[in-house]
Amino acid sequence: MLILECPCCGVTGEETEFHGGGEAHLKRFGPGSADTDFENYLFMRENPKGVHLERWRHVNGCGKWFHVARCTVTLEIFGSYSAQTLEPPQEIKDAISAKRPGWSWRDFS
Amino acid sequence: MRRYSAFAVAREAARYHTGWERAWRSPEPKKKYDVIIVGAGGHGLATAFYLGKNHGITNVAVLEKGWLGGGNTGRNTTIIRSNYLQDPSAALYEKARSLYETMSQDLNYNVMFSPRGVIMLAQTEHEVRGYKRTAHANALQGVQTEFIGPERVKQLVPIINLEGPRYPVLGGLWQARAGTARHDAVAWGYARACSDMGMDIIQQCEVTGVRSEGGKVTGVDTTRGAIDCDKLGMVVAGNSGPLAEMAGFRLPIESVALQALVSEPIKPCMDVVVMANTVHGYMSQSDKGEMVIGGGTDGYNNYTQRGAFHHIEETVRALVETFPMVSRLKMLRQWGGIVDVTGDRSPIIGKTPLGNCFINAGWGTGGFKTIPGGGWATAELIAKGEPGPLAAEFGMERFIEGRFIDESVAAGVAH
Repeated sequence: MLILECPCCGVTGEETEFHGGGEAHLKRFGPGSADTDFENYLFMRENPKGVHLERWRHVNGCGKWFHVARCTVTLEIFGSYSAQTLEPPQEIKDAISAKRPGWSWRDFS
Repeated sequence: MRRYSAFAVAREAARYHTGWERAWRSPEPKKKYDVIIVGAGGHGLATAFYLGKNHGITNVAVLEKGWLGGGNTGRNTTIIRSNYLQDPSAALYEKARSLYETMSQDLNYNVMFSPRGVIMLAQTEHEVRGYKRTAHANALQGVQTEFIGPERVKQLVPIINLEGPRYPVLGGLWQARAGTARHDAVAWGYARACSDMGMDIIQQCEVTGVRSEGGKVTGVDTTRGAIDCDKLGMVVAGNSGPLAEMAGFRLPIESVALQALVSEPIKPCMDVVVMANTVHGYMSQSDKGEMVIGGGTDGYNNYTQRGAFHHIEETVRALVETFPMVSRLKMLRQWGGIVDVTGDRSPIIGKTPLGNCFINAGWGTGGFKTIPGGGWATAELIAKGEPGPLAAEFGMERFIEGRFIDESVAAGVAH
């Protein structure tokens, strides 16, 4: 069972308190976009075997969305951070690098 | 290959079972094959089998990183049904179900197909309407199903509690010709038939890279050396994402863990399969007497082949309401498999951005029931280079064209 920390209210709770929201840092495309952009945004996913950046919502708590860096193979949590950002903060990247040297996820590494 | 028969059993009994052959060969990989299939699970082996049987292509290797049938083929709840809403799905799943009926004879291997019937319980008004609609759609598609009332449900499943506190049973979608089969035997039977046609099944041979030249696949790198091929079939379920990455493209797929569990063996108490999609639980009784129980998926990307414990709790809690006897059952084992889920909950059978590279993936929680149909369609695709009528609608391009086969609403979550 995952133990997550919500960066919005600071509460640490187990998985049933939260709800997974899929891949993080998706760039949204609206009306008038190219078909491939729309397809990438709506359907194409990284689905990595390893480091994954993803969205979670603190449903049985403060109700806010946040981001988590997690390994999909070991279920290790590298850290959680605010969703109000376009890329993971440096300390999260460092925390991942400490355990997964040479990791990369989309354009981040 | 010596055929299995009653005579063979008698012959071997008379000589202390010293004459049984190995069911399939374990050869060293050759330098080059016409077709390489990655993944020796049900779909991969079925694809190889129909390549040989329907299209006469037998210079085929099936590569498997672990052991044959050790992925989702060995981890599912063995349910076979075809009561889908959309026409393309109903055609594909019904093809598979009908192939299961004669599979034991076709493969000369007893897959123990048991057409015992499947009920999908309707426990909300929404589900009643949904299943009636499916029954009408199935009538037009030539799939035999019927919507039945609670009395008939009780008659078919005496251990059921119709008056559950949260979700009373209001009826069900009944497919009498659906059922279960022995999942390992399906993989073993196909493997034996493929090996007999001269195909090489190479276990413990993990693909580590996909080689290509001028936008066309030329071979694969494996833990047992490089192997060349003219055509490549990717049939690796939960690991489709990492394999696609090696080939240089992305997929509209996410991999999640799906769990199942079995109880201690008990006397026969339920001779049909019951699925309760509203509360996420389904149950059947195996020939050994164990209650085989499946639940929902974990809600996040996962490659661990195990699942979170609270999902088992949810599943069992739901089943206790519908089947009060479950509360006194001891559970024996629990396990998880990695299922590859697409945006519209329908599979992908089609071409990929890499030339001569084909994919069969995205079966999500419903891969076992389609093994023969998926293999049939994928073999046709690989042999001809273009999808046949069964696979035509299931190409990856449907996502960019907005042509979804939307079963996520039609069939509930549990498959």
